[in-house]
Amino acid sequence: MTTTPAPVRTRAGDRAAPAAQPRQSRRRPNDNSQWVAWAFVTPLVLYLLIFYAFPLYRNIELSLHDYTPRAFVRGNAQFVGFQNYVEIFGSSSFAKAATNTALFTIGSIAFQYAAGLALAVFFRANFKLSAVLRGLFLIPWLLPMIVSASAWAWMFNSDNGIINAALRVVGLDPVNWLTSPDVALTSVIIANIWLGIPFNLVILYSGLQNIPADYYEAASLDGANAWQQFWRLTFPLLKPVSAITLLLGLIYTLKVVDLIWIMTAGGPGDTSTTFATWSYREAFGAGNPDFSPAAAVGNLLIVVALVFGLIYLQMQRKLEKQ
Amino acid sequence: MTGTRSLWKTLMALVLTAIMLFPVYWIVNVSLTKTSNLRRSPPSLLPLDPTLEGYVAAFSQQLPQLGTSLLVGLGTVLLTLAVAAPASYAMATLNLKGRQGLSFILLVAQMIPAVVMAMGFYAIYLKLGMLNSLWGLVVADSTIAVPFAVLLLQAFMSGIPTELLQAARLDGSGAWRTFVSIILPLSRNSLLTVSLFAFLWSWSDFIFASTLNRSGDLIPITLGIYKFIGNNTTQWNAIMATAVIASIPAAILLVVAQRYVAAGVTAGAVKD
Repeated sequence: MTTTPAPVRTRAGDRAAPAAQPRQSRRRPNDNSQWVAWAFVTPLVLYLLIFYAFPLYRNIELSLHDYTPRAFVRGNAQFVGFQNYVEIFGSSSFAKAATNTALFTIGSIAFQYAAGLALAVFFRANFKLSAVLRGLFLIPWLLPMIVSASAWAWMFNSDNGIINAALRVVGLDPVNWLTSPDVALTSVIIANIWLGIPFNLVILYSGLQNIPADYYEAASLDGANAWQQFWRLTFPLLKPVSAITLLLGLIYTLKVVDLIWIMTAGGPGDTSTTFATWSYREAFGAGNPDFSPAAAVGNLLIVVALVFGLIYLQMQRKLEKQ
Repeated sequence: MTGTRSLWKTLMALVLTAIMLFPVYWIVNVSLTKTSNLRRSPPSLLPLDPTLEGYVAAFSQQLPQLGTSLLVGLGTVLLTLAVAAPASYAMATLNLKGRQGLSFILLVAQMIPAVVMAMGFYAIYLKLGMLNSLWGLVVADSTIAVPFAVLLLQAFMSGIPTELLQAARLDGSGAWRTFVSIILPLSRNSLLTVSLFAFLWSWSDFIFASTLNRSGDLIPITLGIYKFIGNNTTQWNAIMATAVIASIPAAILLVVAQRYVAAGVTAGAVKD
C-alpha cells in the first residue's frame, strides 16, 4: 500500500508500468547490469528448480506410476496413467475426506475470523495494558504445533482431561472428544480455531490502523453509535484486508496435517481425516508406505490450493490498482 | 467517566487473555504435577504440590533433540538468508527483467502443502541416501521460509532510497560492494525478521521431521516429543515439561522481538 509515487523515476516506472522499462534500460549500458542482476538471482532460481520444481515433478511422477516400496528403491515402477486418481475418487475415504476438509476449513476460518475481528476492534481502543495483552495473544501462534496439539489432546482426554472435569462440575455428561466419531472433527476444529485467532487478530488489527481516525470523529458527530460505526465504517473499509485474511487462512488450513495427526491421527476411522492427513497417512502413516495414491491425493490438494491462490493473486492485483 | 470505562476494558482484556492463554497455563501446570496426581479427578487447577520430576525426565531424555533442533534451525536461517538476500536485492533494485514472473512463482510456492513436498523430498533423499541427515532436514525446512523471505526482503529493499545506491555507483562501487556495504546493513531489521521466522518454522516443523528424519540418531525436538507421547501415555508431566522447554525459543522471540513478529505477519500477508 506504500505504492505512492517514488521520487526517482527508474523505480516508479519499474513498478507502475513495465512497458516503460525498455526505454529506461536503453539509456544506460544495461546489457551488462542484467547479467549482474541475474548473477544475484541465480542461487534462488537454482534453489527453486532443485528444491521445489524437482520434488513436485517427482510427486507427479509418483502419482502416475504404481510404486510399491520395493519398486520405490529399485525405481522400476509400472506406469499406470491416471489409475491412482481413479482409485482415489472411487475410494470410500474420498467423500469423507472431502466433507471433512470442507468442514475443517470453513469451520476454522469462520470462527477464527469472527474472533480475530472482534478482538482487533476491541484492542484498538486505548486502555491500560492494551499493547501488552495484545502481544500475549500471539503466543498460541508462536508455539510449536506439537506443543499446542498435545496440550489440546491432554485437555480433551476423556478420563483426566480438564474439559470433561469442567463439564462434570456444571453437571453435564463427559464427552469422548477425541475417540468418539461424532465429535473428533469438532475437537480438532476447536483446537485449530484457537491456533488461528492470533494470525487473524494481527492482520485485521493492522488493517484497522490504516483507517483514518477522522472518519470515526465525523461519524460520531453525525450521531452514529458504536454498532453503526462498525457496520457502516469499519467493516466495509476493512473488506480488502478481510478478504486477504480469509484467503490466506483458507490456503493455510487446507495444508494442516500435524495438528490433526497429533490429536486424532485422522480417526477414529476416517472421521477426522482431511485430504492432507489422508495423503500423509497413505505415505507415512502406516508401516507400508503407499506413495502413489498419497501423491495423487497431494496433487489434488495442490490444485485446490492453487485455485484459491489464484483468486488471492487476482484480488491483490485489484488492490494494487486502487 | 472515560477513566472507569478504560478500567473496565482493561479488566475485560485480562479475562479474554486468560481464556486464550488457558491451554498454555495448563501445559505449565501439568508439567509441574506429580505423576501420582495426574489421574486425579477433577484435576487440580493450581500446581499446589509442585514437582520438577517432569523436567528432570525431560532433560535427561530430550537434551540431544533440543541440540539437534538448534543446529537445524540455525542451518535453515543461514541457507534461507544466503539464497534470499542476494535475490531480493536484484529483484528490488537492479531492475531485473522477469522480476514479476519470479514473484508469481514465489507466491505459488507458498501454496504447496508440506505433505506434498515431503513426499517429493522423501523420494529424492532415498535415492541420494540423504534420509535421516541433518542437511536434508535443513534443506527441506528452508523451503517453508525461502519464498516468504524473498517477498518480505524485496518489499523492504525496494524502499531503500535510490539516491543512496546512485551515490555508491558514482563512488565506483560495484553491485556486490553496494549489496554488502549498503543494502545489507540497511536491511538489518528485515533480515532479523526473516531469520526469526525461518528459525521458528524450522524449530516447530513436524511434517518434514517425521518423514525425512524418522529413524535417525539425531532427531529434532518435535519428533522427540511425538515419540515420547507414543511410548509414554502415563507421564504427561514429562511430556508437558518437554513442551515447555521446546516453547522457550518462541517465548524469547515474543519478548525480544514482538515488533518484528507483528511486522513479519503483516508483511507476509498484506504485501506492500
